[in-house]
Amino acid sequence: MERVPILKIGDILLVSIQLDMSDQTAVALQEDLAERIVATGCHGVIIDITALDIVDSFVGRMLSTIASISKVLDAETVVVGMRPAVAITLVELGLSLNGIRTALNVERGMELIAAARADELDYQLDDDPDAETATP
Amino acid sequence: MALSAEESGRLAALLGGHAEQVTQRWTEIVAGSLRGRLSQAELRRQVQDLHSAIVTTSKQGVIDLSAENAAELRAALSELSRGRARQGFSATETAISIFALKEVLAGLAEEAGGATALRDYVAFSNLVDELGLFTFESFVRTRESLIADQAEQLLELSTPVVKLWEGVVAVPLVGTLDSARAQVVMERLLQTLVDTGSPYAIIDITGVPAVDTQVAQHILKTVVAARLMGADCIISGIRPQIAQTIVALGIEFGDIATKATLADALRHVLRLNGVETARRQPRRDV
Amino acid sequence: MTAGIDLGHPQAQAIRSDEDVVRVRQLVRAVAVAVKLSLVDQTKVVTAASELARNTLVYGGGGTVEVTTVDNGRRRGVQIVFVDSGPGIADLDLAFTDGYTTGGGLGLGLSGARRLVDEFQIETSAETGTRITVTKWSR
Repeated sequence: MERVPILKIGDILLVSIQLDMSDQTAVALQEDLAERIVATGCHGVIIDITALDIVDSFVGRMLSTIASISKVLDAETVVVGMRPAVAITLVELGLSLNGIRTALNVERGMELIAAARADELDYQLDDDPDAETATP
Repeated sequence: MALSAEESGRLAALLGGHAEQVTQRWTEIVAGSLRGRLSQAELRRQVQDLHSAIVTTSKQGVIDLSAENAAELRAALSELSRGRARQGFSATETAISIFALKEVLAGLAEEAGGATALRDYVAFSNLVDELGLFTFESFVRTRESLIADQAEQLLELSTPVVKLWEGVVAVPLVGTLDSARAQVVMERLLQTLVDTGSPYAIIDITGVPAVDTQVAQHILKTVVAARLMGADCIISGIRPQIAQTIVALGIEFGDIATKATLADALRHVLRLNGVETARRQPRRDV
Repeated sequence: MTAGIDLGHPQAQAIRSDEDVVRVRQLVRAVAVAVKLSLVDQTKVVTAASELARNTLVYGGGGTVEVTTVDNGRRRGVQIVFVDSGPGIADLDLAFTDGYTTGGGLGLGLSGARRLVDEFQIETSAETGTRITVTKWSR
């Protein structure tokens, strides 16, 4: 069985799915990713599906599960690069990918994660009464 | 409908033996029906092509238009009808180019005489009918594909996706939206989002006189699809009648952003992006 | 993959494992490309095939799929037949309900697949198993 490689770039784990995954491979990715989040302490996961020419309900569920698992492990998941034909098909299929954040490409995905982290840090600093008004 | 081996042998002899006479007469008849809209030389070349294709095929024995060895004949016929369809000739004018052969054959059969002449003529005439029908079919096919091409070109022209700002594209929809067009527009919009890396799209329907359930559904699906891809859509320019239709049909627009005009929609997007617009400036001082 | 496709004859593929589901997707894609379906329609029919192939594997205990090109004179299309000799589907109405599942999935397989194709036929019984025929036409 083939495995999907997981790359660590700075504070982010990048998964670029390049093959037509069998269901087993998808499940293995889910498990590998959970382990890597804990092992690296990363706070962001980007799943790049630019190369996927279809996303069916199984892969859709895998993406949702990964997002939920990483949320539990304090990491933000962004799915990037979904093709228009794939998105149209998912809508028709009735799959809503609840709880998943999406972005057009890896770059936008990184911005999204950075923004989410920044919000969280701001929030933690809220003890300081000037914190909010100080930001222009 | 097919000619037997003997019959096609005689047809080959008849047409091949009087090649010059046949093409001459054939060209004359066709030229008369086309009233000079095609040059004599061009017409002559077409008739010669057809003549030689028929002779070659009939020399090979049984003529059956659907058979393997009739490929050359079929090609000659389709080329003729394609040409005629493109040049705007009518179906009748095209068919006459083939049916003229009957008259030529009648003349030849009369000259030749003999016991088999009548039966041969009936068989040949049946063959010509078959050739005529084939021509007619490919004429119609060519016309249909021309129409389809034009419809597609029209679709392309009528639905531009334009870039309004860095990261903002818009599709101004004008005219009646049917389901097919809505689908094409939406696919194009989503592709443009990817190509330009724009996270915002504005669908402006100011120019759309009415929407039905299907079209509204297409727009909604597009908005959802865009969200799945990581982009946001704003719908602008909803006319009062359309708003009423949407509510009457019970279509749920949910949390989709709608704005009165394209300008409002653009201002909304820019504000989301932290770009200050002129109208907002004075308010900050208050 | 595309090179070996002989469009004149049905392409058969056994569904016995996860990898076979991937092969079904590739086969359907190749045929859909060959009959010139639009990109969106290709994606839809391949997705539907993926759902149904997984159903054949998970609920039917494995089976076969046959992919054929069809022609109605005006348009060409892809026809896919999934056959299994599993326990059949007891309550079809329920099985077509969005979100209903007995196998731990999302419950979108059957109902979703039906929305993605132009024609959808299903014959099922406890004795003979399930046979699903779907067709997608070019536009």
